Amino acid sequence: MTTTPQGAPSASAPEATAPQSGSAVPVGAALALGDDALVLSHRLGEWAGHAPVLEEEVALANIALDLLGQARVLLSLVGDEDELAYLREERAFRNVQLVEQPNGDFAHTIARQLYFSTYQELLYGRLAAGDGPFAPLARKAVKEVAYHRDHAEQWTLRLGDGTEESHRRMQTALTALWRCTGELFEPVDGLGLDTAALHEGWLALVSRTVEQAGLTLPTGPRSDGWSAGAGRQGIHTEPFGRMLAEMQHLHRSHPGASW
Amino acid sequence: MTSADWPLWEVFVRSRRGLSHTHAGSLHAPDAAMALRNARDLYTRRSEGVSIWVVPSAEITASSPDEKDPFFAPAADKPYRHPTFYDIPEGVRHL
Repeated sequence: MTTTPQGAPSASAPEATAPQSGSAVPVGAALALGDDALVLSHRLGEWAGHAPVLEEEVALANIALDLLGQARVLLSLVGDEDELAYLREERAFRNVQLVEQPNGDFAHTIARQLYFSTYQELLYGRLAAGDGPFAPLARKAVKEVAYHRDHAEQWTLRLGDGTEESHRRMQTALTALWRCTGELFEPVDGLGLDTAALHEGWLALVSRTVEQAGLTLPTGPRSDGWSAGAGRQGIHTEPFGRMLAEMQHLHRSHPGASW
Repeated sequence: MTSADWPLWEVFVRSRRGLSHTHAGSLHAPDAAMALRNARDLYTRRSEGVSIWVVPSAEITASSPDEKDPFFAPAADKPYRHPTFYDIPEGVRHL
């Protein structure tokens, strides 16, 4: 399988050669799942040196490394992992907008993780049960992601049920990121899986945690003109460009550098 | 909130079935459930364990260094308490 030419917003080109059967890997789907993991991993990595406590810093770094491992496997399925991670332009990334959202305060990071890990665990669970090209990865990663979800749930409960300030911040974060959650259930090109069918289970799990934490599940729009979306089509939010610049500048300044 | 406000926990990890839990270190956590998770992240990342105990450090009663002599010195000059003191008869095998 050829890699995407560097810099070009060309993820759509190889998609044409992405049949679903057998061991052929659908490029669009591999980029979607791989970019989700890569981008969220980088965001979580930004906490290194800044986390509220040392123990939590290690926990977030562990989650970031799990996701980075998944991203490496997924991107390697369809090209050179370094080229895909470090030499694509913003518009060639296929991650959902949820994972590129800035860390914000700790509550924002936890809300983003709760929304995403719950989705990712359901998604990987379904992929693991099948025999598609992503099944081997999904079978291994679903256990990692179950822990990520548990970590986010534990913190959601404690922040929601903690002090007045932690409750307020957690509620603010849940509400702020809510509009990014509709995109999770949009169809993914070539995945061979009805992502919309994950929504019911996702909503049940998230609302159980949110209610248990004494918080309120937001009710705002999630999949209309006013909500976020189109990350899978390469449309990203403004902070993503800055994140990419930081993530890619070393590789671009010193191509092929190693240590 | 800082970790200074959080209680200290001692972590014990059992590396394999059949072995006993061994003290691995300590950490800060707001409660027992989070202490278990922090312990998982800090002490079992390289597949060191199959089971973790966390114990509030404040709940551990330790012998005092000041009592070292009354506690431990009397044992120092009683080598006959070691099983090696005894000769093993010729006929005993598999020991």
